Amino acid sequence: MSIKNKTAVEISKMIKDRQISAVEVLEQTIQQIKEKDEKVKGFITVDEDEARKQAQIIQKGIEKGELTGPLAGVPIAIKDNIDTKGIKTTCASKILYNFVPTFDATAVKNLKEAGAIIVGKTNMDEFAMGSTSETSAFATTRNPWDLTKVPGGSSGGTCAVVASGQVSCGLGSDTGGSIRQPSSYCGVTGIKPTYGTVSRYGLIAYGSSLDQIGPVARNVADCATILETISSYDRFDSTSMKRDKYDFTSALDKDVKGMRIGIPKEYLEKGIDDEVKEAVLKAAQIMKDKGAKVEEFSLDLVDYAIPAYYIIACAEASSNLARFDGVKYGYRSKEYEGLHEMYKKSRSEGFGDEVKRRIMLGSFVLSSGYYDAYYLKALKVKRLIKEAYDKAFEKYDLILGPVAPTTAPTIGESLKDPLKMYLSDIYTISVNLAGLPAISLPCALDKNKMPIGVQFIANCFEENKMIAAGQTLEKELAENFVLDFSLV
Amino acid sequence: MSAHKITDEVIEYVGILAKLDLNDEQKEKAKKDMEEMLEYVDKLNELDTSDIEPMTHIFPIENVFREDEVTNSDGKEATLLNAPEKKDDGFKVPKTIEG
Repeated sequence: MSIKNKTAVEISKMIKDRQISAVEVLEQTIQQIKEKDEKVKGFITVDEDEARKQAQIIQKGIEKGELTGPLAGVPIAIKDNIDTKGIKTTCASKILYNFVPTFDATAVKNLKEAGAIIVGKTNMDEFAMGSTSETSAFATTRNPWDLTKVPGGSSGGTCAVVASGQVSCGLGSDTGGSIRQPSSYCGVTGIKPTYGTVSRYGLIAYGSSLDQIGPVARNVADCATILETISSYDRFDSTSMKRDKYDFTSALDKDVKGMRIGIPKEYLEKGIDDEVKEAVLKAAQIMKDKGAKVEEFSLDLVDYAIPAYYIIACAEASSNLARFDGVKYGYRSKEYEGLHEMYKKSRSEGFGDEVKRRIMLGSFVLSSGYYDAYYLKALKVKRLIKEAYDKAFEKYDLILGPVAPTTAPTIGESLKDPLKMYLSDIYTISVNLAGLPAISLPCALDKNKMPIGVQFIANCFEENKMIAAGQTLEKELAENFVLDFSLV
Repeated sequence: MSAHKITDEVIEYVGILAKLDLNDEQKEKAKKDMEEMLEYVDKLNELDTSDIEPMTHIFPIENVFREDEVTNSDGKEATLLNAPEKKDDGFKVPKTIEG
């Protein structure tokens, strides 16, 4: 039996039905990675030996009836800023080039307990700072749909290895769109959960008030299943939320009849490609046909989200990245005199340009004399943005919009102008500021056969509404829109 | 053209805060970067926020209390596993105290 083009849920069912073993599934996966990743360059590390060992153990667990869940035996890729015990975790940075965590992130622990098998760690923008995966210190990941294009970022590696059929699913992290935007560029589905839903314990922090781990897969059902597995209240994360329910898969059977869906008209007015706009309107029409009430509305403050985000994210980054000093782990400069020079040289040699840029900006906006004018101002704007969403969700169950203004840009184009690169996150970034959940899923192809995603944004803790809408859209599209995951 | 002028002194000071060592060329670039970025984020000043409370957390955060019970060992070996340099049971660093 071949697992080609199978989803995670399908693979685990095949194993359960004894059509294939977890060991064979893993061998096929390793084969796919060997064939394809030379071109895609989505993985930083593949741990074949440990994965093989795990597959044996998991297969026994399944046979004994101890592992019965929908991810048992499923190989999964993990973004390289999420700690995996015994597997190198680099954040795609020279400063962590040799770091091997001594513990698992809670999300990884939850996956392992469910019987998923970690096959490797995926490339990303260094410390998740970037929108193209090009700021990685190790490799430039390519978009499987066109190898001259970027996969998006910062979770570009995870999205690219899923889109090229190397694995069925993976984990990413989303600070300003880092799951949704590469999902859109690569034609896969990704979820950014409500802040506090998935533990951040073991997620190497970028912007702690914005970061969330989330799933990337080929369809909505897999994403809901993975989200259900990785979500948990965790006392190791002080911002973890105790939710009433961690059930996301029951939403897959729900429809959108009677749902009120709003499209921010500011999202369709300027700076958006015509084909992306068409895709959003197509999704809107499908929702209408399925019984939802869809209308355009005015979402306030759209233009203020990016500047507020960069101040807050950079401020938090400058603080979070203070721990990389060449003492406890990672890179230490070879030549230095005294402790302070060791810190400075280790950091200056270990961090890449974009990371340094953001640490500098963050240190500046937090410094005395500038704190009120910049950092505090941004936190006030954050409240206004949150209130704008609160107002919108009084009228609507969901917000529908584009994920990114364009399809994937060509490699090398974006880094020339950081401010322009930041603009690619305009539709995703405010969701993180407001702590909201959102799902990105493919809806159309542009004239160059590059995927276009749309996103549904829900109010806090209402993932199930967006999962139901996503599932409805996916089902309707399925007849004339079957994505090919074996392009490479 | 930029309304913000980042002086050598400011870049020097931020470099100290950030613990980053920049050469002259990098300093010039950082100045330009920061000026552009500050010009861009000035957009926020279009909004009157005088009566707005800053928002750090989306959800109300409360202190969580628990008994102070030891549930793990000191993890000394694991902690030192990734040390760039170690000596005995500690991280080895350059001498910091004169004398």
